[in-house]
Amino acid sequence: MIIDGRVSQDPEILRRLLRAKDRMDAASHEEWPVRRLARVSGVSEAHFARSFKEAFGIPPHRYLLTRRIERAKALLRDTDLAITEIAFQTGWSSLGTFGRTFRDVTGDSPGELRAREKAAPHQLERVPVCFVSAAHRPDLTIAVSEKRRQDADGMNESDETEVP
Amino acid sequence: MSQGVGMVGLYVRDQDEALEFYVEKLGFKVHTDMKNGDYRWLTVQHPDQPSFQLGLFKPASPVLDAGSAQALREIVAKGAMPPLVLVVDDCRAAFDRMRAAGVEFNQEPVARFGSVDAGFRDPSGNGWKMVQSRRKS
Repeated sequence: MIIDGRVSQDPEILRRLLRAKDRMDAASHEEWPVRRLARVSGVSEAHFARSFKEAFGIPPHRYLLTRRIERAKALLRDTDLAITEIAFQTGWSSLGTFGRTFRDVTGDSPGELRAREKAAPHQLERVPVCFVSAAHRPDLTIAVSEKRRQDADGMNESDETEVP
Repeated sequence: MSQGVGMVGLYVRDQDEALEFYVEKLGFKVHTDMKNGDYRWLTVQHPDQPSFQLGLFKPASPVLDAGSAQALREIVAKGAMPPLVLVVDDCRAAFDRMRAAGVEFNQEPVARFGSVDAGFRDPSGNGWKMVQSRRKS
């Protein structure tokens, strides 16, 4: 449906897509293949990824990645857990992949981020913690592979070629 | 209180459904429910907060044009409306009671920073944090 030149989505389906997003938020360390997300939303696997991206502006697997990085940042900042343990708790099976992806997304290695955050004073105690968490979510507007390539090429702009 | 915020409105997809949710499941009371043609002014109140009303409004004509109404229905369904906070004395007890009543929780109670908080959504998609009053913790 198109209203005023804008592509419109059925609110009933959006509400169910939101349920899939909520489920990833609640358990971002778990695996969320499209089949599982589509089942939560009650939509077909074929339509899920596209509908999710239209609704939330980001493909579901990349949304999950932002949540994992956000959680890892919070654990680095607020706990003394070993980095290996944080990688494991936030859903990575390999410390190498965690470290590389973390650096690609945030620009810092997990250890660098922890050292800097621990040194900086925080004034967020008056904000409910869930909203603090959202404020620290990485704004990942391009695929990590694309970000990696841009950084390597020294480029600032590129067409997004990722297929959801 | 003679001055201050008296009412804040939420957009909901269906006012009957919202009324049932906020009254039957959350324990609010109806303050005003008036219909005028297709328009319905519906507000509810927390039983401990007589000076504040929560409005439950449907984004629809005659107040809004069709395109704006549709855009708002989508935004609400995507959970993109601003955060809401419900303060309770005992977060875990409220969680148990509300979940048994069928409330859709998106976060189970977590103890952190001297309090306990949980998260739930109303049927329309509005997201609430339920935070335990720090006085009790």
